[in-house]
Amino acid sequence: MAESSTLAQTIREIVQRHGGMSTRLLQILREVQDHFTWLPPETLDQVAEALGVSPDKVRNVAEFYSFLYTEPRGFYDILFSDNITDRMLGSRELLHYLCERLDMEINTTRADGLVSVGTTSCTGMCDQGPAALVNGYALTRLDKPRLDRIVDLVNSRTPLTEWPREFFEVTSNIRRADILLGRHFADGAALRAVLKRGPEAILEEMVKSGLRGQGGAGFKSAAKWISCRGAPGDVKYVVCNADEGEPGTFKDRVLMQDFADLVFEGMTLCGRVIGARQGFVYLRGEYRYLLEALKATLLRRREVGLLGEAILGDPGFQFDIDIHMGAGAYVCGEESALIESLEGKHGVPRIRPPFPTTHGYLNKPTVVNNVETFAAAAKIAVEGGAWFASRGTAESKGTKLLSLSGDCERPGIYEYPFGVTVRRVLEDCGARDAQGIQMAGPAGHMISARQFDRRICFEDLATGGSFMVFDQSRDILDGIRNFTHFFVHESCGFCTPCRVGTSLMRDLVTKVHTGHGTRADLEEMRKLGRIMQVACHCGLGQTAPNPVLDSLDQFPESWERRLRSTAYEPAFDLNAALEEARRLTGRDDPGAYLSGQDLLIGAMP
Amino acid sequence: MSEQPSFTLDGRRIPFRDGQTVMAAALAAGVYIPHLCFNPEFAPHGSCRVCLVKVNGRVQAACTTPAAAGQLVQSEIEELREIRRGILQMLFVEGNHVCPACEKSGACQLQAVAYYVGMLAPHYTHFYPRRSVDASHPEAVIDFNRCILCELCVRASREVDGKNIFAVRGRGINARLVVNTPSGKLGATDFSVGDKAAQVCPTGAILLKHHGYEIPIGQRLYDRKPINVVGDVAQLSESRGGRRHD
Repeated sequence: MAESSTLAQTIREIVQRHGGMSTRLLQILREVQDHFTWLPPETLDQVAEALGVSPDKVRNVAEFYSFLYTEPRGFYDILFSDNITDRMLGSRELLHYLCERLDMEINTTRADGLVSVGTTSCTGMCDQGPAALVNGYALTRLDKPRLDRIVDLVNSRTPLTEWPREFFEVTSNIRRADILLGRHFADGAALRAVLKRGPEAILEEMVKSGLRGQGGAGFKSAAKWISCRGAPGDVKYVVCNADEGEPGTFKDRVLMQDFADLVFEGMTLCGRVIGARQGFVYLRGEYRYLLEALKATLLRRREVGLLGEAILGDPGFQFDIDIHMGAGAYVCGEESALIESLEGKHGVPRIRPPFPTTHGYLNKPTVVNNVETFAAAAKIAVEGGAWFASRGTAESKGTKLLSLSGDCERPGIYEYPFGVTVRRVLEDCGARDAQGIQMAGPAGHMISARQFDRRICFEDLATGGSFMVFDQSRDILDGIRNFTHFFVHESCGFCTPCRVGTSLMRDLVTKVHTGHGTRADLEEMRKLGRIMQVACHCGLGQTAPNPVLDSLDQFPESWERRLRSTAYEPAFDLNAALEEARRLTGRDDPGAYLSGQDLLIGAMP
Repeated sequence: MSEQPSFTLDGRRIPFRDGQTVMAAALAAGVYIPHLCFNPEFAPHGSCRVCLVKVNGRVQAACTTPAAAGQLVQSEIEELREIRRGILQMLFVEGNHVCPACEKSGACQLQAVAYYVGMLAPHYTHFYPRRSVDASHPEAVIDFNRCILCELCVRASREVDGKNIFAVRGRGINARLVVNTPSGKLGATDFSVGDKAAQVCPTGAILLKHHGYEIPIGQRLYDRKPINVVGDVAQLSESRGGRRHD
């Protein structure tokens, strides 16, 4: 009895700290879980009661996000980043090693309840992997000696705060700087510019700059701002999309770590231009380690008059920024799903139109821009649109931050004017033996050496920044198969072709990759991919088949050398079907398995 | 007086009122576009993707696309029929749909739409998920094997019945229909056969007890005429072989 009233008290306090607002539901659940290591059913009911919402709404959210657990979880929760770049650095071997040392199976919680080990989608540490998360905090540069020490720390129940700091060190690895990263920016300069010249003049500079959405979609940023500014209503919002979930990209992490002031300044500028008083940063859960520093930066900006009431002493200039944490859902990078998540719901993309610029957060006009876009906007306000537009190509002005990882000597962040060739990037990062590049992440495109003279810009190869290099020693299909698993895990499940199609695609790719496929399966993949590209509700499902379709065109030999010579091979696996019989009879001798030859003989009349 | 605005659907002129979707206008004009999660009594959902049409060359869901004057809409073309067949096949392999053993066979919207789009076999590999049957309620059974996640019962219970009995939980391929009680059992709810939620299921996932095979096989709703002629089972009264209470 006493225990349950303490539980209720704890939860009431957490809910109160969030102002009892149901829009904070995801944030509240994160904190409740920090307290209890998972979300026992009674905590969900208590949260619902304290917020005055239905328990079913709370459960919907709790069951949607990967980092929220409705089953018991270890006191230490270790999740290995499972991007192909982590695997290329040996993460699978390390994962098995750790589980062996901890005497447990992968994807389980140890019997004593002390530790859980599993995998998670790319944590954005591709230039310093293999990476993992422990209780949500990023671990980098894992190797066996480091894992040995982690085993000791876990078994001795050492609090995370006492773990060696270097385990959590995240470096920025900026290898090439241009106008965004290279030039000094005086805090407040963009805000002084908008106060001096007025929002219209700043919008004119934005139009002149040609700035396009740096998340990868490439919508003209000025058009978004103008549409939102003109939308009816007094209450408007600015949202910064820092849900950098595309595997292989980590440039927003570096901006939030080293250039947070510039990003916050861009958001505040946007607030002034569109007439918003509130902004949100939607920070992906994997970047939890940045939260305290970002809050400190916001506090400092309030203290020096760059945020909050009467910015720069102008009583008419009010704007503040709140940080919302994600909880492991790639789909929330889609702007309408992100808004749903900001509202405290599960992140299912909305039906569009209407678009966020007229019906966004709480159905109010909202600008959603990528981290890099806000940083660029702040610079444009100070230096002018023409200055920005002097770089880049006709349709892609300015520069682009690329996140380089995979088989290269110098992984990290490279800033280039738009229009740079793939070949130039490969030379600069020390990728001597590249076989192919996964451009813009699994949702982007796979290109082969024949295409290395293509240019990175919206006219040719559009990208949000992910650039993963595969050298000649790699099997391209390892990457493709990894990506299909990623999309199965990240599909929100709302629409049929994505929910079911991602699983079908994974199974087809696995069938061929393990040597059981035929030419008919390749054709089947193409057909399924074409359906998904046009039929899915949002960009996630529409782009999910891209790696498969591209590799079928660019690396046909990688697929063909694994095919069986027969015209058709059933998906039904007789050996797998006999597994239960083998277990029941306790047999594991060679005679309990069927070889391909047996099957052929068995099929004869 | 100006003429009512219209768009073209497979060469036919379809008038529409401001705010209508392509689907709503087509339906009002008596032109069938196959669909499953759409029900004219509810706000469009856009999740099943069966009603995909080409609007000025772009594939979009008819149920969520606002009608606009002069639009060129294509529906009955082989390219779309192939996509729709693929989507129906996905729904069939995702769950466990055994038509010959289902009480709703012949009066099932899923089955009727599958026939309409020319689906003859599931084609893809069956997932054979392990799902349960809930017979805890005295008057109704839920067979989760047959749920296609259209959320019509969820919406009907919440918006019309005011009971909020159903929900879809989980993510991706693990998304599933649940009953909103701690036990997850329908028997623990105030669900009643008179509820709107009992009348909207396009498959045999929600069935009424004590009413099995009242209409013999061969004389059922879609046994003699296809769904584009007969209409949706949820829109037809029980006396006509549908699900709707009179």
